[in-house]
Amino acid sequence: MARTSRHARDVAVVAFAQSDHRRDTDELSEVEMVMPVLHRVLARTGLKAGEIGFTCSGSSDYLAGRAFSFTMTLDGVGAWPPISESHVEMDGAWALYEAWVKIQTGEADTALVYAYGKSSPGSVRDVMTRQLDPYYLAPLWPDSVALAALQARALIDAGETDERALAAIGARSRTSAETNPHAQLRGPVPQGEYQVAPLRTGDCPPVSDGAAAVILAAGDVARGLCERPAWITGIDHRIEAHGLGLRDLTDSVSTRLAAEQAGVFEGTVDTAELHAPFSSQEVVLRKALRLGDEVDVNPSGGALAAHPVMAAGLIRIGEAAARIHRGESDRAVAHATSGPCLQQNLVAVLEGDRT
Amino acid sequence: MTAAASPPEVLRAPLVVEFPFTRSLGPVQSAFLTGLRERVVLGVTTSDGRVMVPPVEYDPVTADEIRDLVEVSATGTVTTWAWNGDPRPQQPLATPFAWVLVRLDGADTAILHALDAPDPESVSTGMRVRIRWAADRVGAITDIACFEPADTPAAPQAPPRVSPQAVPHDGVFADAVTGIVAEARLDYTYSPGRAQTAYINALSERRTVGERCPSCHKVYVPPRGACPTCGVATTDRVEVGPAGTVTTYCIVNIKARNLDIEVPYVYAHIALDGADLALHGRIGGIPYDQVRMGLRVEPVWTEGGRHPDHYRPTGEPDADYDVYKELI
Repeated sequence: MARTSRHARDVAVVAFAQSDHRRDTDELSEVEMVMPVLHRVLARTGLKAGEIGFTCSGSSDYLAGRAFSFTMTLDGVGAWPPISESHVEMDGAWALYEAWVKIQTGEADTALVYAYGKSSPGSVRDVMTRQLDPYYLAPLWPDSVALAALQARALIDAGETDERALAAIGARSRTSAETNPHAQLRGPVPQGEYQVAPLRTGDCPPVSDGAAAVILAAGDVARGLCERPAWITGIDHRIEAHGLGLRDLTDSVSTRLAAEQAGVFEGTVDTAELHAPFSSQEVVLRKALRLGDEVDVNPSGGALAAHPVMAAGLIRIGEAAARIHRGESDRAVAHATSGPCLQQNLVAVLEGDRT
Repeated sequence: MTAAASPPEVLRAPLVVEFPFTRSLGPVQSAFLTGLRERVVLGVTTSDGRVMVPPVEYDPVTADEIRDLVEVSATGTVTTWAWNGDPRPQQPLATPFAWVLVRLDGADTAILHALDAPDPESVSTGMRVRIRWAADRVGAITDIACFEPADTPAAPQAPPRVSPQAVPHDGVFADAVTGIVAEARLDYTYSPGRAQTAYINALSERRTVGERCPSCHKVYVPPRGACPTCGVATTDRVEVGPAGTVTTYCIVNIKARNLDIEVPYVYAHIALDGADLALHGRIGGIPYDQVRMGLRVEPVWTEGGRHPDHYRPTGEPDADYDVYKELI
């Protein structure tokens, strides 16, 4: 039996698949990279592409360097004859949110959510500057590492962490990734030089190409497709001010608010998959989500072990769900972020039926 | 001819994306950026009395419209910083510098910019800094060249303005800046992937290859590696053409800039023999008003061309409608 739901319908993640994340995938076009992942996630449920009620994807034209790049992967979902389909120019976690809403409306019982990013064709640090405010920030080209480093310094100044503690977060993540065959960095990795001080290479995400896919299903359909569905008992996402100087960078008000709305604090959590591309951001997220040492944080290795931009947040939801599928977690929190210094945050609570 | 797709020799090419977006400024941003041109730093005051620099048009908490401008100092305090030892090409300074958030005197929020400092040891949270103005100012955030430590002597041509408190300002300047051009250039190395690499390589031998879907057996050209109907990888490479059939067409009457083709001309969908998807191509070698559906055509290659320049009639009888109607 699913928990008491605050939503019209019980919706669960019933399957998850991801690619092996790599530094580059020159030999593959986007659809060639995505398609095997789509086939694997469908195979896990026995569904055919044409049987999916709604398909939603997340990706970015700026990574691909061309307009409407998502249309190139539509061939991989069998988009002819026409299907019910949508796309977000965001991490796939937000595509999942849209699909969840679609199922809540009753217009679909199942949804395929996928996301991908090839960072290798461009310079992802420069590319990400184009998401900044074009009047005050983007003309200065502050790259994603620089902005995260400002946040890290603010945390160190506030006494919330230090460089040694940050290095330990990266090391723990890559050690956890040793059991994750899809991760890009596994095991000990040198902490390396300063990229933008106080952040060293080991505090920063690897540059990754990769893809991921999830299948959502409602109620009895979910029970028929998965032995132990990962019920989404709460999900919410919030954004805060664009101007970095308006925010307290040592806190994440939006994560805390999303977590409250998603019901994170209404029970104990055993697993947390956090989308923290930088070690310092895990410090902020642990505080906002009130995660104690008893919670298994990023057992997959997290974004410090593999960071396919636009898919890394969806992977957090998928990894949390997969632990519930396997019986390794009963109540997990999954988090995705977008924008500089944790500007936008999505929080989901996933729960498995308990016998 | 059918052959199993072989491992590709990956093609790569530079891809440059440049986009000079022209953006309008509202009253608040116009005043702020025009002010920078005049070496005046403006902020806005929220309903609860906080001064925001750089100014925003709506209160981030209440979403109220805010328009009350105030002038603040060009001197301020670093609230956080990060040492950038390896500046990237388009960043404000070419030598190592600190990224800083600076709360200017009179402001309650911080502005992001670069701090020109010799080394990370000379930078600290709480240090006093001031604006170094750009010599040529146009009404842009880059009119602030960077910040510099406030304990160094000011350049004689740029005396620091002294306004320790935020003071009301009407935001009126002669010749206000009302827009900016947001220039950006991103450099990529484009790789087309396995299927399209094979297509492009074959074109260099003046051959056209598609790929067959193992499920529905349709041949797609150019191949993208997947069958859009079945959602599976297309694996078998198939040579198609060279001749084909015009399935539909249009007459182009507008001359495109930098295009050396006389109008009117015909642009057509051409189903190459053996293909289940029509390609685009220009039709030549026949008066434009004699092109018709069903016309049989063949490619014409020019010296050094990487794809057919155009298609011309083969002289064969027209194809029967039923043969190509599925491909229109």
